[in-house]
Amino acid sequence: MASVSLRHVAMSLGGQRIIDDLTLEVAPGEFLVLLGPSGCGKSTLLHGIAGLLQLSGGSIEIDRADMTQVDPAERNIGMVFQSYALYPTMSVERNLSFGLRMRGTRRDEIEARVLRVARQLQLEGLLQRKPAALSGGQRQRVAIGRALVRDARVYLLDEPLSNLDAGLRATLRRELKLLHQRLRATMIYVTHDQIEALTLATRIAVMQGGRIQQVGTPTEVYGQPANRFVAGFLGSPGMNFIGGVIGLERDGPRFAARGIDLGLAGYRFRAMAPAAGEAVVLGVRPEHVHLDDGGGLSGQVTVVEPMGNQLLVWLDALGTTLAALIEGARTVRTGETVRVGLDLEHVSVFDARTGERL
Amino acid sequence: MTVRRRYLAPGRIGLYVLLGTAAVAFLLPLYVMLVTSLKPMEEIRQGHLFAWPAALTLGPWHAAWRSACTGVDCAGIRAGFWNSVRIALPSTVLAILLGAWNGYTLAFWRPRGGKLLFGILTFGAFIPVQVMMLPLVRLLAQAHLVGSLAGIVLVHVVFGMPLMTLLFRQYYLALPPELFAAARIDGGHFLRIFAQLMLPMSVPMIVVAAIVQVTGVWNDYILGLVFAGRDNLPMTVQLNNLINTTTGTRAYNVNMAATMVTSLVPLAIYFVSGRWFVRGIAAGAVKG
Repeated sequence: MASVSLRHVAMSLGGQRIIDDLTLEVAPGEFLVLLGPSGCGKSTLLHGIAGLLQLSGGSIEIDRADMTQVDPAERNIGMVFQSYALYPTMSVERNLSFGLRMRGTRRDEIEARVLRVARQLQLEGLLQRKPAALSGGQRQRVAIGRALVRDARVYLLDEPLSNLDAGLRATLRRELKLLHQRLRATMIYVTHDQIEALTLATRIAVMQGGRIQQVGTPTEVYGQPANRFVAGFLGSPGMNFIGGVIGLERDGPRFAARGIDLGLAGYRFRAMAPAAGEAVVLGVRPEHVHLDDGGGLSGQVTVVEPMGNQLLVWLDALGTTLAALIEGARTVRTGETVRVGLDLEHVSVFDARTGERL
Repeated sequence: MTVRRRYLAPGRIGLYVLLGTAAVAFLLPLYVMLVTSLKPMEEIRQGHLFAWPAALTLGPWHAAWRSACTGVDCAGIRAGFWNSVRIALPSTVLAILLGAWNGYTLAFWRPRGGKLLFGILTFGAFIPVQVMMLPLVRLLAQAHLVGSLAGIVLVHVVFGMPLMTLLFRQYYLALPPELFAAARIDGGHFLRIFAQLMLPMSVPMIVVAAIVQVTGVWNDYILGLVFAGRDNLPMTVQLNNLINTTTGTRAYNVNMAATMVTSLVPLAIYFVSGRWFVRGIAAGAVKG
């Protein structure tokens, strides 16, 4: 269990700046997920932490020791790759023990550790097989086992589940969570899958364009997104955005747009409440838009997507398209005009110009 | 709807005629060589080039191997055969090891100046050997390596380097780079990753490289003639001596037998190693 500190990290690939001045603290025992769309620099950052790529600036500390110039072999990390990267000519047992053999661990010690990890990951019956004779899920278990067997201080996982089919992914996701609960090890996990991020992380760092947009618990990142990018990236579908202006009344600030006027008295602004007339964007998650005959908003239903226990309804309202996630047995027909209300205690308000949360 | 099978479309016939002609064109000389090598001289003098031997004999093969005259000594070409083996074996093993080493370094470690080095090496592959002959002789003479086994092996290894390096570099570049990354995190250093991970994974490419190198070294004439020295003359040089010996009658059957023996090694290698070409050793390394 170790802490990881990234200070003003900059990285370039092939002359192109990928990450610029990134600072992040990972506490011991934390499960930190780097979440972002492809090309946001999250994998590059992970490879930088592993020492597989050089930093062009800044420093990396693991367990308070400066690792910026240290060889990957000496950083005492375990890494799981997206493609598993199992050694194809070696049996599962030799794959697991490779790192220990490289370090000259005693043979009985190697045997004991390999057995322990094999038991943890249900690989006991497969030890003599070659990777080619394993299923995708088994290969992924071996890849995880290869990282675990070394008792590393930090585990780095680079989209470990993205090559698996949906059912297996859910199973292994749960196993990973169990594993983390049992080991209490520091893990840094890269993914573009928000479900993985929300379910596994103790904290999520949302990245875009080589910068961290927000760091927080899954609840914070989902509930109080720091900007419009985070709000739109998380959630499926992402947050609805409605453009409008701020109005100030005696009972507090209000949000006004074409046809609606909503009180924001309950909204906790980050700093001072914005001035009257300032252009803002109101963000509402689809599950906070509900059908309400007395609701202040009306819209025409364009598409209805049944999702089993829920209905995802797309509405034309306020000159834009709104998504509403409707619980229960209520039926909605395409073309119908419905009235909806918004849960004002769950909305977000963003600066229309910068996109930052207000 | 029924599908009418057309057994002999005109295109098919044309194809078979073409293939058949090509096959005959290539096999006919071989056939002539084989039957000539199995005939006594009297039969050859009758001039029926394509006739099957009336009195089949292995005598010419025996003579070619043990008693035919290559220049002054008359001990057949077996000495040349063993010389060729002694040259080809180290030339192949060393060239493959060094080529794999080069390819591994260039593909994974990417040293500074590696690209330039690789460019120069590849460029070297396009320069005819003959151009470098004289300077090379001078160079090796200074190192007292002309006319020795070590000298000819060194020359073969050096001339094999561009192609060997190219083959292995391309092979390693096609491997998932994450394999190398995983090995580095697992604590492998330069040599151990090469010896314990990359080399065992290179079996298909090693086979290809071995075929290329053995065939090239075995069929070489000019380098062997210049650099090997009297005691190490390869088979090709001895074959040439045997055929060009002007004393007495020309023993066509012995010449043919000696030529066949000389070409047996590359031929055997092609037959034996064919299946390795299609074997995917790296299968299952990544997502299957």
